[in-house]
Amino acid sequence: MSVLEELRGLLRLYAQQFKTTFASMVQYRASLFIWMIAQVLEPLVYLIVWSTVSNGSGGNVGGYTAQGFAGYYLVLMLVNQVTYTWVMYEYEYRVRQGGLSFALLKPVHPIHSDISDNLSSKLVTLPILLVVAGVLAVIFRPTAALSLWAGLVFIPALILAFLVRFLLEWTLALAAFWTTRVNAINQVYFILMLFLAGQIAPLTLFPHWIQILADILPFQWMLGFPVELVLGRLTQIQALEGLAAQAAWLTISLVLVRLVWRAGVQVYSAVGA
Amino acid sequence: MNTLRLLAVFFRVSVLNETAYRVNFFLQLFQSLLELGTALAGLAVIFSYTNSLGGWSPNEMLALVGVYFLVGGIISLVIQPGMSALIDSVRDGTLDFTLTKPEDAQLLVSIQRVAIWSLLDLLMGTGVLVTALVRLGQSIGAAQAAGFIGMLLAGAVIVYSFWLILASLSFWLVRVENLLEIFQSMYQAGRWPVSLYPGWLRFALTFIVPVAFATTVPAEALTGRLNGTTLLGAVGLAILLSAIARLIWRLGLRHYSGASA
Repeated sequence: MSVLEELRGLLRLYAQQFKTTFASMVQYRASLFIWMIAQVLEPLVYLIVWSTVSNGSGGNVGGYTAQGFAGYYLVLMLVNQVTYTWVMYEYEYRVRQGGLSFALLKPVHPIHSDISDNLSSKLVTLPILLVVAGVLAVIFRPTAALSLWAGLVFIPALILAFLVRFLLEWTLALAAFWTTRVNAINQVYFILMLFLAGQIAPLTLFPHWIQILADILPFQWMLGFPVELVLGRLTQIQALEGLAAQAAWLTISLVLVRLVWRAGVQVYSAVGA
Repeated sequence: MNTLRLLAVFFRVSVLNETAYRVNFFLQLFQSLLELGTALAGLAVIFSYTNSLGGWSPNEMLALVGVYFLVGGIISLVIQPGMSALIDSVRDGTLDFTLTKPEDAQLLVSIQRVAIWSLLDLLMGTGVLVTALVRLGQSIGAAQAAGFIGMLLAGAVIVYSFWLILASLSFWLVRVENLLEIFQSMYQAGRWPVSLYPGWLRFALTFIVPVAFATTVPAEALTGRLNGTTLLGAVGLAILLSAIARLIWRLGLRHYSGASA
């Protein structure tokens, strides 16, 4: 099969997945609404907490005014929406219930249907979240120093952030092959994200050693970096360094995903097999 | 008395069930400690830039975190497990077995499941609360202590009634688990004093999903912030909501047609 044909096949798969995902999202509107609350409430709470701190200490905390925090957290909410995945919740179920067996029978790598499912559902949810962000922007009046170059670099930074986060979280989800107690593992991961990706506070507000740690680890490259970039808080050198770090982590995660997948499928024994 | 005896029986059964899975204890301990550590580290970051968050000192915020874990522990100990079990039993008809028992069915469904490892959250919350009070260094007067316990009880009744109302909707609707999840995801906002939030959000957290009464109000009582209006409002709402919950539960039961019908 030629590369072109293979690509066309993948494209058909993605289109089909979109139809399936869209149909199931329309079916489960209520879940969609609840998911929205969780997705919006967390950044909103930190936005309010930090704005309060900023207003209470002369209107500036580590270079952020209350409006600056509003800008940070509204963009964070959107970037998080673009890059986040829910595959960790699904894999445990797939492995335990044996649903993965069907995916293994298909002639394409199962990661493709997860990627297309992820992208498809975001085509639906992102516009909704943009409207929510717009309303919140009217309430909280965010400020940012926008610039053309940062806006242009933001696009590859966002795509890389999505890819790195998707691949790493997909790899993490494969932990389900070895243990049924994935909740504890996921919780550790979420806490690392909370502190080292810039969710609890912009990373520049943390002590120096935590910032160094965050530079080395992948978390901020999956979320905090694109946010700070588009808000005009990074120099051009910092932006390039960030892209390089993202590229390095993309390479690492591509290798990881292959290794862990191969090892995991070998220990997988479906129910009834 | 009878209620307490029943509660003790259900608790004992849960202990017997759960002690077969002792690893769960350590997992829960691990996860609870992580969660507490995250909450405390978050506070540490914030208070490295300020010494008062919307008028709350670090130790007062610590007390609020204690209340948050304490009430969250109560919810996940009995309220949440019982209400999910109620929804399931309405759907598959096993509520029949509960209804045939010679006890008040609302009481039985409310205490039917006890997730004993959640006691850890309860203990941890209490520990944090006591630590905060010691560090605040103020002697808690009898009135303040009574106010705190009263508001904690009112908050628990409000949250319980709210959950029972939502769970009772399962007599009419098929999928209500989702509604319960709204409370769970909004509860996290209760880790901060609701006075921080803008009016519309404070309103939602007070009257639509009563998170404020579960955490902020008891913590206010403890730190001497409680005013008469809030106190009366909390007591009034507790009475009102429990009456409404009872009513909806009754109506629901009348609507319930059982498994074989």
